[in-house]
Amino acid sequence: MNDHPVIEVRNVRKSFKAVQAVKGIDLTIPSGQFVALLGPNGAGKTTLVEMVEGIQKPDEGEILIFGKPWKGNEKYLRNLIGLSLQETHFIDKLTTFETLRLFASFFSIGKDRREEVLNMVGLEEKRKAYVVNLSGGQRQRLALGIAILNQPRILLLDEPTTGLDPNARREIWDILLKLKAGRNTSMILTTHYMEEAEQLCDYIVIIDQGRILKEGSLDELLNGLPELPTKPSDTRRATLDDLFTFLTGRHLND
Amino acid sequence: MIERIANHPLLQLFLAHIRELVREPGVIFWGIVFPILMSLGLGVAFTQKKEVVSRIAVVASGPEKAGQPSPGGRLSALFTTRHAVLERNSQGEWVRKIRVADGKLGTTIFVFSEMKWEEAMVLLKRGTLNLVYGETAGMPRYHFDPMNPDAQLTYLKLSRLIGTDGPAPPSTAGDVEPLTVTGTRYIDFLVPGLIAMGVMMSSLWGVSYAIIERRSKKLLRRMVATPMRRSHFLLALISVRVLMNFVEAGLLFLFAWLVFGITVQGSVAALLVLFAAGNFVFAGIGILTASRTAKTEVGNGLINAISMPMMVLSGVFFSYHNFPEWSIAYIRAMPLTMLADGLRSIMTVGAGFAQVGLPALVLAVTGLVLFTAGMKMFRWH
Repeated sequence: MNDHPVIEVRNVRKSFKAVQAVKGIDLTIPSGQFVALLGPNGAGKTTLVEMVEGIQKPDEGEILIFGKPWKGNEKYLRNLIGLSLQETHFIDKLTTFETLRLFASFFSIGKDRREEVLNMVGLEEKRKAYVVNLSGGQRQRLALGIAILNQPRILLLDEPTTGLDPNARREIWDILLKLKAGRNTSMILTTHYMEEAEQLCDYIVIIDQGRILKEGSLDELLNGLPELPTKPSDTRRATLDDLFTFLTGRHLND
Repeated sequence: MIERIANHPLLQLFLAHIRELVREPGVIFWGIVFPILMSLGLGVAFTQKKEVVSRIAVVASGPEKAGQPSPGGRLSALFTTRHAVLERNSQGEWVRKIRVADGKLGTTIFVFSEMKWEEAMVLLKRGTLNLVYGETAGMPRYHFDPMNPDAQLTYLKLSRLIGTDGPAPPSTAGDVEPLTVTGTRYIDFLVPGLIAMGVMMSSLWGVSYAIIERRSKKLLRRMVATPMRRSHFLLALISVRVLMNFVEAGLLFLFAWLVFGITVQGSVAALLVLFAAGNFVFAGIGILTASRTAKTEVGNGLINAISMPMMVLSGVFFSYHNFPEWSIAYIRAMPLTMLADGLRSIMTVGAGFAQVGLPALVLAVTGLVLFTAGMKMFRWH
């Protein structure tokens, strides 16, 4: 398992009817790396993650997880992956704990780990609250808790903080930073918040219109900027948004 | 060991589905209370003897001679012999009422209002009149829609009362023997139908809608991204529904037994087997219905499109034998008809495996075919 990169994406293409969502992407993610897929809405981030997740099949190209394709290894790979999707609604009238317990049963996870996760995502006080009564941030933390239940080697998070207020976002980041410190998990996170990518990830991949525009560490990416398209008197630090604007002429959140 | 059983995915899925159900007050009301109220309402409405009110417009003559209203000789004689009561109705108009009591057939109250022909036609169209009566040269004229059973009945009763030769009705040969023994009342017809309908509605909504809703909320997709076995998910969902169907049907039957004295006259084992086969076929229909769509609105439409025709045609509330002859064979082939007819024959006619074995088998096999087809097309995300 250790000889292979955690995730290898080789020249992957995917279309939905007339729309080419992913137009030839290569990406290799080593163990323990936190990768951000940064791009505006409709860039192809979610499609790429869904293919890595094994939910969508690429039209062309290949995706290997720990050197194995999805086909024929589904059961094995599902145990190694944790994920949190955009806008998953759990069952309204189950409590936080019951929801966690349901998902724990799919991985044969015992009591100790369930309690540990409840604690990690800060929902002990809400263990008896129905999911329907949780706030947006609490629901996302529950989704994250479910994603990390099985101590996944790969964590796939699709816009985990979209729609959350800054406090709730910060809480999610704190949980993820703790996980990162453990060095056991590789993560792909899609986001259109550059701050999120900057805070959490070692490696940033900028995607637009189904292609990778640029990739590298934050410093590499920003150093590669020839000149900030701002006034000379502007002394602020260059950001990924500046880079994106430089590359595409548009803003990330457009 | 206990922890292993308690942590089994199938049990946890079963618990999740059942918790979701029982925590929704609407489920208890629509699944349990509503069918009971319906059986009570319809059972009482059709079982108790009540007064039948027939409303008759009295016009001076036929349409060609609409003029000053006047009852006419035969009717005036009837008013006298039958002691008609003159009183004001709720609209303040004068009406004459004749009460004809019958120990066996119930009481009929004839309400006569004098009016002009045009006015009578308006009321007839509104459905507030059963019949229009007039006399020409001493002969009664009855105007009514012969296709309307209520009007026809009013005509038969009234013409018998007035007679053709005089006010006294001719005595008829034969006698009426009212049947009120268990098994022949309307409620005996209704309860098996309601039980069958309950299985259909509950399976379609409980299986189909539950799946479509979970798909639309991306919960199905989230679940299949774990090592959860898909068969466990469906098995748990269907078992919870079957269990609920048994509870709902059991409570409805208990109620009907306590209030109306309904019993199972045939084989209880055959009843259970047929009921289980009914659950199976509707679970199969439910899976097929829910196999593709992720839109709850589409699911809603599909479920209604499947359940409405069966509810109307399958003889849940009234016998389907009033439908055209050519359609009966098709109606009988509908799963709801098979289930309702089978349950009815066991409960009221005393049937057993010999009579319902084949329908039960047909339902079970149909269920299996639909279930398999549904699974072939099933989209988890």
